[in-house]
Amino acid sequence: MGIVSPGFRGRPRSKGVELPPGQYLVEDFPVLSAGPTPRVPLDRWEFSVTTESGETHRWSWAELLALPSERMTVDLHCVTRWSKLRTPWQGVSLDTLLAGVETAADFVMADSYGGYTTNLPLQDLRNGQAWIAYRYDGKDLSAEHGGPARLLVPHLYLWKSAKWVRGLRLLTQDEPGFWESAGYHDYGDPWREQRYQGD
Amino acid sequence: MDDRHQDRHQDRHQDRHQDGNALAGPLAEIFSVDVTAALGRCAACGLNGPLASLRVYGQAPGPLVGRCPGCEAVVLRLVRGPEDAWLDLSGTRCLRVPLGG
Amino acid sequence: MNVAAGWRVARLVGVHDETATARTLVLDVPGWPGHLGGQHVDLQLTAEDGYQAQRSYSLAAPAKGDRIELTVQRVPDGEVSPYLTEVLTIGDPIEVRGPVGGWFVWRPADPAPVLLLAGGAGIVPLMAMVRARRAEASRTPFRLIYSLRTPGDLYYGEELRRPGPGDAGADATLLYTRTAPPGSPRPSRRLSTEDVERYGWPPDFEPTCYVCGPTGFVEAAADMLTKLGHDPRRVRTERFGPSGG
Repeated sequence: MGIVSPGFRGRPRSKGVELPPGQYLVEDFPVLSAGPTPRVPLDRWEFSVTTESGETHRWSWAELLALPSERMTVDLHCVTRWSKLRTPWQGVSLDTLLAGVETAADFVMADSYGGYTTNLPLQDLRNGQAWIAYRYDGKDLSAEHGGPARLLVPHLYLWKSAKWVRGLRLLTQDEPGFWESAGYHDYGDPWREQRYQGD
Repeated sequence: MDDRHQDRHQDRHQDRHQDGNALAGPLAEIFSVDVTAALGRCAACGLNGPLASLRVYGQAPGPLVGRCPGCEAVVLRLVRGPEDAWLDLSGTRCLRVPLGG
Repeated sequence: MNVAAGWRVARLVGVHDETATARTLVLDVPGWPGHLGGQHVDLQLTAEDGYQAQRSYSLAAPAKGDRIELTVQRVPDGEVSPYLTEVLTIGDPIEVRGPVGGWFVWRPADPAPVLLLAGGAGIVPLMAMVRARRAEASRTPFRLIYSLRTPGDLYYGEELRRPGPGDAGADATLLYTRTAPPGSPRPSRRLSTEDVERYGWPPDFEPTCYVCGPTGFVEAAADMLTKLGHDPRRVRTERFGPSGG
């Protein structure tokens, strides 16, 4: 902890809300990126789920939009310590996408356009806990926030909600993704403050 | 180079990145010499250049990602925890570090 | 632990405005080890609730004992630069890490001529090199091309317009991209390859070239140097990235 800078407040933050340990509330929607923003034309966009036996299920953009969607309002917690509350999204539940997928896998690697990866337990994507989100605050999801579509898993730190998601690989063995192989926690529960390996 | 060409340059770089000079402070916590002047070879495309020329995404204290200015492959990842730092150089084939001065 | 790696508590001891939106801060940093032209510091700010922000700023001049200078351009809606230019008051503490950076630096012992290309606020580390040359009584041939929008955006105007005796052999050319001062021979326009050829050094001189400014400027200027025949290995760049201010 550094010395306090007199009069420095940083970006506007609210007080008196219960947040996960070590988090600050923000009103804006910060953009953090690990690379250039991929621009994915919708006519070439595709989302796929590949099982451990190599079977691939694919959805085009039109097919994704034709699936039943949900609107949800969720809190976001970024490992860089900002939290944003009550963010409104629209997307397709992973329960819907995984309904016809035969698998005995326990783990998932999410793959993104642009090369980003992140790993999760498969059970964290089920039972209304995760979506492929394509609208934010009533508008098409912008590229800087992960559009056309991003994975949204709000009960874990936001690096698990892969932007520009292109597919899920179902795995019988857990593998570390982009940040998990460079120091970040394998699971990333904000309420247990699982930021780094060993937390 | 005409203005149009320059505009296109700027469009291509609307993405927010700094350059590798910004890594000097965070890496000074790890190394006793300045590594931004070290020459690294990109494991993906073979481009050789100083870490100072990388495209750096993220804001100190991190996480920070250094990408090759030639092919945009990830050559460096730095995560700074309260007690540890993780430095991943798996995208760098070799680092030549000047030690004279 | 590297001596430059730890945070030191500095104090603000002086300020002066360079333009309507840029301010030079003079900081007193106990035990400052000195630095090279082109090096930078990281600043760390901590709010009362523990929120922290870090930013990098180029050193603008050689150290005078424990005193260092930074020039900060205020970024509208920025988080840190408005604090540094409007809130931070003489006597206030601020955490500093540095000096850091060993690539984008000029070493006085280097005999090669120097060509400096500045775009806007990118003048800061290049001015530090010009001032280091003066402080070292160096005779190394310097040429500075400083591309800026309008006369109101000029940093270090007095010093650049009235070079002192220590600046013999260091020439500065100011080129305006939007509004040139009355009577300027060159209409206002973006930096061109012809400008770099006319006001820079020929590639045969084998100058070390330092280019600093916004990303678009840096890429364009580095391309011009290459087109004119300068060896890319002698071109060093520093981008003033959008740092979130």
